[in-house]
Amino acid sequence: MKRLASMAFAAASVLSLQGCAGWQSALDPKGPAASELAWLIWFFTGLCAVVWVLVMIALAAPVLMRPPRRTEPLVLDAGADHRKLRVVAIAVGLTAAILVGLTLLSFFANRTLAAIGSDAALTIRVTGHQWWWEVRYEDATPSRILTTANEIHIPAGEPVRLLLTSTDVIHSFWVPSLAGKLDLIPGHINVLDIKADKPGTYRGQCAEFCGAQHANMGTFIIAEPRAKFDAWWNDQLQPAAPPTGDEAKAGADLFLKRPCVMCHKIGGTPAGGTVAPDLTHVASRRTLAAGSLTMSRGNLAAWIADPQGIKPGSHMPVVELNGDELNAIVAYLEGLK
Amino acid sequence: MRLGFATLLSVTLALAACQREERDTRPQSSLGSGGQPTPVTALEPGGQRPSPRDNKAASFEANAFHLSEGKRLFGWFNCSGCHANGGGGMGPALMDQKWIYGSSMESIHATIRDGRPNGMPSFRNMIPDDQIWELAAFVRSLSGNAPSSAAPQRNDGMMPHPSENRMPDAATLGKSP
Ligand code: HEC
Ligand code: HEC
Ligand SMILES: [Cu+2]
Repeated sequence: MKRLASMAFAAASVLSLQGCAGWQSALDPKGPAASELAWLIWFFTGLCAVVWVLVMIALAAPVLMRPPRRTEPLVLDAGADHRKLRVVAIAVGLTAAILVGLTLLSFFANRTLAAIGSDAALTIRVTGHQWWWEVRYEDATPSRILTTANEIHIPAGEPVRLLLTSTDVIHSFWVPSLAGKLDLIPGHINVLDIKADKPGTYRGQCAEFCGAQHANMGTFIIAEPRAKFDAWWNDQLQPAAPPTGDEAKAGADLFLKRPCVMCHKIGGTPAGGTVAPDLTHVASRRTLAAGSLTMSRGNLAAWIADPQGIKPGSHMPVVELNGDELNAIVAYLEGLK
Repeated sequence: MRLGFATLLSVTLALAACQREERDTRPQSSLGSGGQPTPVTALEPGGQRPSPRDNKAASFEANAFHLSEGKRLFGWFNCSGCHANGGGGMGPALMDQKWIYGSSMESIHATIRDGRPNGMPSFRNMIPDDQIWELAAFVRSLSGNAPSSAAPQRNDGMMPHPSENRMPDAATLGKSP
């Protein structure tokens, strides 16, 4: 029975550690910043566990071991008192040394984190909105500045500098597999340097409560080889694909005659709204509404028909459209690869 | 006995905290489609009749959620481009007691939906009906015509006036604040 219980416990621990792997885990680092932090987490946890066990033993010992009964309670034993004092002094000294040591460790870890992006060639401005992320690739040539949403492509193996800010409330950018979290504050720019060692997709999440749909404010960092990244950037700079087919053409027309045009931008068309995600290449993204839905024709239609059912409180209102109008708009957006 | 009563009371009070404000984020079809015409004048042959009250007007005008949404949309839809933040520019000031086309929810809704001849564009089809009502409620709060317990209480940017919940009622004061 006892064997069974301990085996079950061991199995459960292994399984729960399994849950620490994956595309969103601080314990499964995929970049230098996250590795540095993961190492710190393990070291702190290990050392503190040892200290905790020692303290528990020191507490339990006097309780379990009865002291020898003294014959004469009022006789002082100067030698014994001195020994006790020495033990206490050593414990205090060790505590201080450990605390100073841990402080130094985290200080040097911080220095390593700060140095990661000192030679970053790529700067991306990430602006938090309730409840999505605006992503802007900075470039010295204005025509190469690129605005997209929710999905951040980066070249793998290269440091990237993120400038974090917000337009409404405080959000926090956290991609655990790549870096620690940092707040996005209105009217202020925070700098976060990240680097992904290998190509891959890493999930991020807003980590500062920011209102009704805080839980559905996800983001994806997609690290690709440099050549693929450059090709992606060039593709995204192109104006939106013109609609093909009658239905999509009608959709493009409707998009401009309906409220959509008040909030969204589609490059190469008169739609120039800046308060909502840029839809120029919306169909090239993997998800919709900051990671709430995967990209598909059905999900596009579901989102446009009832954003308030999928993300109640979201700043995209329900726009009344009949079935034909909805299909036309979806056909158009689906083509915006 | 005393203790039991106290526990019961605190549990009841704590449970009351589970109640959450209901926000109408979807159009309420029971309140009408918003397509009904608003008469330009209340004058009719045979005497002046009270103009009909729109169901949505009543449910939007004193609702804190709708008022704050209206405040956000006023910036998003660039009403500020012509009306500044209520102070007026190319369009008239909206924070005074002067109303060219009437101060009722219905008239302001009609102004936004259908436009007005001297330069106010029509937003019909460009702003969903509920959002027009939210804007109308907010426009009224600019001149103190919304309960201070419901009007927005914070300005995020520079504004020519205090936050809407501290706006003196322009109509009763007889002058702009
Ligand atoms: C009042 C402004 C507003 C209007 C009008 C509006 N949207 Fe949106 N839309 C938003 C916001 C804000 C989001 C982001 C929502 C979120 O993720 O929380 C969004 C998200 C979207 C997305 C998902 C984009 C992505 O990459 O995740 C699509 C697609 C979209 N809207 C299409 C439309 C269409 C089609 C219309 C017209 C029928 C429309 N929107 C009207 C504000 C608006
Ligand atoms: C292109 C500039 C322009 C924009 C944009 C604009 N307005 Fe106007 N607005 C005007 C003008 C000009 C008038 C005066 C019309 C007249 O006297 O016939 C006006 C009148 C009004 C009135 C009537 C005021 C009265 O005294 O009766 C209201 C209310 C109003 N606008 C609200 C809005 C709202 C809300 C928005 C945003 C959705 C908006 N306006 C956007 C130019 C604009
Ligand atoms: Cu958040």
